[in-house]
Amino acid sequence: MAEVVRLDDARKFFPGVKALDGVTMSIRSGEVHALIGENGAGKSTLVKVLTGVHSLTSGTVYVDGSSVSFRSPHDSQAAGIAAIHQEASMFPNLTIVENIFMGHHLRKPSGLLDWTTMKTRTSELCGRLSLKIPPDTLVRDLSVAQRHQIEIVKALSIDARVIIMDEPTASLSLKEIKELYELVRKLREAGTAIVFISHKFEEIFEIADTYTVLRDGRFVGDGRVADVTTDDLVRMMAGAALDRLFPERTPNIGDISLRVQSLRQAGVFEDISFELHKGEVLGFFGLVGAGRSELMQSIFGVRGRDGGSVIAGAVELKALRPQQAMKEGIAFVPEDRQEQGVVLDMSIVENTTLASLKAVSRFGFPNRRTELSTTARLAKRFSLRASSLLQVVAALSGGNQQKVVLSKWLATDPRILILDEPTRGIDVGTKAAVHSFIGELADQGYAIILVSSELHEVLGMSDRVLVMKEGRLVAEFDRDNAEAEQVLGAAIGATTAQRGA
Amino acid sequence: MSVSQRLVKTFVRWEAVLVVLLVGVFILNTSLSPFFLRRVNLLNATYNFMERAIMALPMMLIIIVGEIDISVAGTIALSSTMMGLAMQAGASIPVMVMVALGTGLLAGMLNAVIVLRFRVPSIAVTIGTMSLYRGIAYVILGNQAITGYPRELAAVGQGVVGNTMFPVPLAIFIVLAVVFGVVLHRSRLGRCFYAIGNNATAARFSGLPVDRYKAALFSLNGLVAGFAAVLLTSRILSTRPNIATAWELEVVTLVVLGGVAITGGKGSIYGVLLSVFTIGYLRFGLSLINVPSQVIGIITGLLLVGAIILPGLFEKLSNRMIIDRQLIPEIDSEATATDA
Repeated sequence: MAEVVRLDDARKFFPGVKALDGVTMSIRSGEVHALIGENGAGKSTLVKVLTGVHSLTSGTVYVDGSSVSFRSPHDSQAAGIAAIHQEASMFPNLTIVENIFMGHHLRKPSGLLDWTTMKTRTSELCGRLSLKIPPDTLVRDLSVAQRHQIEIVKALSIDARVIIMDEPTASLSLKEIKELYELVRKLREAGTAIVFISHKFEEIFEIADTYTVLRDGRFVGDGRVADVTTDDLVRMMAGAALDRLFPERTPNIGDISLRVQSLRQAGVFEDISFELHKGEVLGFFGLVGAGRSELMQSIFGVRGRDGGSVIAGAVELKALRPQQAMKEGIAFVPEDRQEQGVVLDMSIVENTTLASLKAVSRFGFPNRRTELSTTARLAKRFSLRASSLLQVVAALSGGNQQKVVLSKWLATDPRILILDEPTRGIDVGTKAAVHSFIGELADQGYAIILVSSELHEVLGMSDRVLVMKEGRLVAEFDRDNAEAEQVLGAAIGATTAQRGA
Repeated sequence: MSVSQRLVKTFVRWEAVLVVLLVGVFILNTSLSPFFLRRVNLLNATYNFMERAIMALPMMLIIIVGEIDISVAGTIALSSTMMGLAMQAGASIPVMVMVALGTGLLAGMLNAVIVLRFRVPSIAVTIGTMSLYRGIAYVILGNQAITGYPRELAAVGQGVVGNTMFPVPLAIFIVLAVVFGVVLHRSRLGRCFYAIGNNATAARFSGLPVDRYKAALFSLNGLVAGFAAVLLTSRILSTRPNIATAWELEVVTLVVLGGVAITGGKGSIYGVLLSVFTIGYLRFGLSLINVPSQVIGIITGLLLVGAIILPGLFEKLSNRMIIDRQLIPEIDSEATATDA
């Protein structure tokens, strides 16, 4: 099978981060090539290099054996490389045909758009992949899985020879995943090269022929999937740190510190009641879109509510302002780190003290010395990696940015910590650090809510697990009887697990 | 940061360009008139642009938090009109001043309420209220002018401090500039303003009362516009509905030329001070040789466009010069804390 695209010693540096540091990869036609690595390993950067979003700091991209440099996504598409993203980048109010030919419409000799041919061509391409969706359907009426399929059709419509799929199964049901596999196999038979990015090993072994593993931006290994085991891949991905992912601890559960009663926001979450105790890690599991983040935002006061109450300690939080929640000792590490967590263009110090400025100020003026010592203490506690505490947060890696967010909230001296996806998009090492930190805090008597979409994280960390589905609490498990299959089953609605006794 | 990196940070920045511009304007003006550099001329020239200079201070804060207020010149017209009505009704000077300040404050508060309650972009809201405020002035005054202000009022807008020849408006501006500078660069509030301008969502999620701060800034901007109306009225001792026409753009120009990012989150008082005096003396010099005001408008327009494009380029340049040599060593947090 012919090599279509080759990366040779590719390096891409950002301020303070070596996102790619000497990566070599060979993509061949008619092969499914799994690109493997933890979050932050450099996969997305590599995809962005291949799709012309980023240009390399050094190294070469070869297409069909000759060196190329993509100046824009357009160049990369012209070379036959197409990417299908997790969050499909489509126009919801346009039809399938309009989406597929967006940017490269077919025209009649008169110069007018040739919708008839475009429709025929769409049907033909869909037919080739055995898809049965009318081309006139509006994209907003499609399911996520169908949107992915249409993205693939779109890639075919520009004669893509390399199709990059970035976690294509992330939000698909089992049946939809099976269909996707079928599609991928069809593409492979037709000679298309597929780059398949996934965190799930079952998928990799099911569908991929070859693999490349990245870690911290570096090339770790590649080869044929048939020649390795899951353990081999995990070792390559994680380096050494995997064994102690979740800290051992003996929970010491105390009094109730947060009580949520019949909380609701119309259309988002309904009838939410639970209690959180001192020293407890309460896991919230659910699929993306189950309403967990919205619930936490409402508890913290950055989002409204239509009814119900939140009581922290003995005080009911009525004000719907985060200041009140913070006064009662609630800290909230939000889901979207870059949008909600950090101020990217401000320094580590300024970010760390942002939520506790009063504490480091005298007469309304932040005291530089106090700020620096507070920040230095927290930076040390989290082993923050930065060249200086005055460095802007934008220059830090995702994991280190998250450490800054955690520092910011610890600086407020909270009693209740709400952590919404605290380890999303961060490297394995930092992940383990965050986990042991959560354990430590719980042991010190903090009450902790851990929202996570990572099943093993929820199970490994929580003393109790609540499962949300479509805005409602549907199941509750104790640490002892929380089995992966049941918890997952409750979240996707596959079992009849009932909540609590 | 190494010494060379610090040097890069210090000199490859927009403020340095402004210093060069200011020096250039001085050289130009001196070549036009050998008397320009006399102290009395330098000081007297400032009477002409101090109202706008003072208005640039709160506008700087508004733009830093990521908003804008286009209605300030309209607010001046309205405040001056109300002040004139108060005078005609027989009010004393302190009451006239209070009326002007109160009018400005109310105008600013109305902007705040509309922007924050109805979540409308401030540029749209204040373009509307700009016409509204000036429109009211026109309705009240028609084509009439209010004159006959008491001579004593001139002590504010035309006066000097004590027995010196130091202009009162310049003195007020300097005091206010120090206050705004300290608030912006040293105080907790200033820190919050930068955070809000850079990422309002993260600021809100960090418990900062974002809307309250913005409301306060809009109100302050109105109040200062009211004060600028007092200065202007006392300088020209009359009120017409068309006073301060197009000043909103000049004030925004001062702020943006000073290196404050129009997108918010960036800027310094030093840049704004430099741009105030650069533009002020440039206008003064050009008017010395009778350059028509339209041409002056063209020149400031070009400067403004340059000011929007260039600071970003400078920052990129300065960052690139630093990043090229940057590594990511393990942090020794203790050491960093003590040597910083």
